Amino acid sequence: MKKPIQLKTPLGYEVLSLHAGDAVELSGIVYTARDEAHLRMKEEGIPFDPKGAAIYHCGPVIRDGKIIAAGPTTSARMNALSGFLLDAGVRALIGKGGMDSTVRKQLEGRGVYLALTGGAAVLAASRMRLKRVYFEDLGMAEAVWKIELDHLPLVVGIDGHGGDLFEKVRVSAKKEYERYKIGGKQ
Amino acid sequence: MDALFEPVAAAAEQALSEAAVFLPADVRRAIVRASEKESNPVAKREYANILRNIALAEELRVPLCQDTGIPIFYVTIPPDVPLTPVIYDAVAEGVRRATKSVPLRPNVVDPLTRHNTGNNTGGGMPVVHVRSGDRFTITVLPKGAGAENCSRVAMLIPSHVYGIEGFVVETMLLAEGKPCPPVVIGLGIGGSFDHAAALAKEALLQPIDEMTEYEQTICDSVNRIGIGPMGLGGDITALAVKVKTASCHTASLPVAVNVQCWANRHATVEVKQR
Repeated sequence: MKKPIQLKTPLGYEVLSLHAGDAVELSGIVYTARDEAHLRMKEEGIPFDPKGAAIYHCGPVIRDGKIIAAGPTTSARMNALSGFLLDAGVRALIGKGGMDSTVRKQLEGRGVYLALTGGAAVLAASRMRLKRVYFEDLGMAEAVWKIELDHLPLVVGIDGHGGDLFEKVRVSAKKEYERYKIGGKQ
Repeated sequence: MDALFEPVAAAAEQALSEAAVFLPADVRRAIVRASEKESNPVAKREYANILRNIALAEELRVPLCQDTGIPIFYVTIPPDVPLTPVIYDAVAEGVRRATKSVPLRPNVVDPLTRHNTGNNTGGGMPVVHVRSGDRFTITVLPKGAGAENCSRVAMLIPSHVYGIEGFVVETMLLAEGKPCPPVVIGLGIGGSFDHAAALAKEALLQPIDEMTEYEQTICDSVNRIGIGPMGLGGDITALAVKVKTASCHTASLPVAVNVQCWANRHATVEVKQR
């Protein structure tokens, strides 16, 4: 198996050399954000420096200042809410399940979508250290948590050149299903 | 207080604690087997993450996933135990205790106001199925939302028994990576509209490292569409299909597909009566 490519925030043009399917390990800082945090940042502004930043779609379980479980949430819910972050200089979106063609186009020439294994909440937490919180009034799951990462294992789901692993799988699954239906089962 | 309350509450709390942290042996075996069979390099890395996560949760005694689900209980009571509201109250108390002690994420809300009760109980929640048996046991199946939301019920045409397989495959085509594949598929066939769904969920409690010929055929068809772990593509989309059937009306063919993520969590604890 090929060794994962090492990435560290703040991210720059190096993310554009990545291709869908590449294994990467991310270190440095990520900011968690789900639906509510996106809406708040759109309204009130981004509370951290977005240049070269990475956004993690995650609602963590935190106890006594420590991250207990922090797996990814479904990124598709943020499809219509991510453009302003990329416009502000964000270079990586992290989550599970992929994003739509709008985000794919917004990422072109700018950044990447990185996928983390759904349910791998303890593995993720074991590579994280909590730094601080913004918008704490939104509650534990919806607040923006600033987290330091130590080699979080990810895969490039959507690259900066229109390459999209999820879309590729979607298209071939549909083709296979059509063939299966014509196979006379129905 | 009723002498049954404390032992039942304790058993319910213990079952939920175990289910949140440890995966059943058959589920682990099925995941390991799938990881060995997988040929796609991206998928292989997903399995490495899943297996590492299972080991870490066990080592640190923390929940496998931040979505610790909603509590679905199956209680078996022997002839000498009276079925009274105490059993239901005690199971709910077990849920409230586990929510604090594990800790579980408070997931239960009112369906319309969306108000969160904060303790994973509410009107009609936990779900408690009771039946008679030889031993006094409490089984819990905590169900996460990602996979539950991809589940479907259909009333098929009775002469189209062959259409059941297509309905299952179509369900996974629509689900893609959303239910956190590799999934386990509970398939309820027959009964009535509501009973088929209950059968589908209960089917998830059966050992998933073995399948009948019928289950294997459906599982192979699902895997042919190649969704793979997390929708990233791969040889295996479903670890297993498990079927439960009930007789039905001659003019009906109810079919329910209950999709479950790779973390097919469930645990059974015997109630210790003093």
